[in-house]
Amino acid sequence: MNQLDRLLRGSFGADSAAVEQLRASLTRQATSAGLIDVAFRTVDTPVGVLLVASTPLGLVRVAYDREGHDTVLDTLAQEISPRILSAPEQLDQVARQLDDYFARRRRHFDLPLDLRLSRGFRATVLRFLSDVDYGRTVSYADVASAVGSPRAVRAVGTACATNPLPVLIPCHRVLRSDGTVGGYVGGPEAKRALLALERPS
Amino acid sequence: MSLPPFDRVVTDHAAVVLRVCRAMLPHYDAEDAAADAFLAALEAYPRLRPGSDIRAWLVTIAHRKAIDVTRRRSRQAVPVESLPDIPATAQLDLPDERLWTALRALPDKQRHAVAYHYLADLPYAQVAMIMEISEVAARRNAADGVRTLRNTFASAPSGASAPSSQERTP
Repeated sequence: MNQLDRLLRGSFGADSAAVEQLRASLTRQATSAGLIDVAFRTVDTPVGVLLVASTPLGLVRVAYDREGHDTVLDTLAQEISPRILSAPEQLDQVARQLDDYFARRRRHFDLPLDLRLSRGFRATVLRFLSDVDYGRTVSYADVASAVGSPRAVRAVGTACATNPLPVLIPCHRVLRSDGTVGGYVGGPEAKRALLALERPS
Repeated sequence: MSLPPFDRVVTDHAAVVLRVCRAMLPHYDAEDAAADAFLAALEAYPRLRPGSDIRAWLVTIAHRKAIDVTRRRSRQAVPVESLPDIPATAQLDLPDERLWTALRALPDKQRHAVAYHYLADLPYAQVAMIMEISEVAARRNAADGVRTLRNTFASAPSGASAPSSQERTP
């Protein structure tokens, strides 16, 4: 097929290097102009590829692969803003701290968080969890008592399952009273991996 | 129904916007116009009605950006034709440059109609809206443009490939 026919069939002039350059230029200019409401990137970790997203206020979402990154981005478009753009450099700090955490070089994250995606009782639970230290675990019942709703054990479970910032806000440190691991948004293997990571070796 | 994340808009339509800009502007201007178009689109995006045809919207923005660039260039002392398209060495790496050159040499209306219908894959009704002409005029301009391009390539020196069909209309 010659050039003209390719033109007429719409397959002419596609150039992936130029598209990448366009993306880089757009991200750069959009960052300077303050037009990116939600920046995101992915980070490779021992618990899979994590999607991390931030607003100007801070890290707003961490998502496991099994949550479906496209679905997560669609939800962020609805709940925060459709001005979402891949901007890896804006999330360099986040990526570096996650790398350090998984390499056991870091036990506490030092990142501004944007907690807008959790409200009410769930926000209360997550605030409490932020104080559960590296290597410690608590039970769902403990958490329910600590936040003043000792019978709301199931609601604590739901708050953990809907944590928008897993790994950062350590819902993986919450176990069942009978000692079994319990559920986790990233799946049971991920929860066990994080607990094993934090156990003294 | 709500708007998809803008990042997906870039993924889905960057190649089309680039093609359209390249049909209308010299290489370096085309890249800038495409980036400008996406930046303008990003700014306006939250105001776009969900369910809108995003590709047509982007091509409309790119059309206006390209016209802005062309007007800016024509106000400068140096005519567009005498500006080098791309550095000489890079030209050797772009096998499609002959077709881009031929496209850009078409009269404005023909060039736009060919770019929006064939490169951006927009139906003539939308091409007409972007160009602010009638649909009949859009079809005529596209047909005239393609005929000129076929003649250009039919009379190309040996070494260029011949058109693979003899049909007169695209």
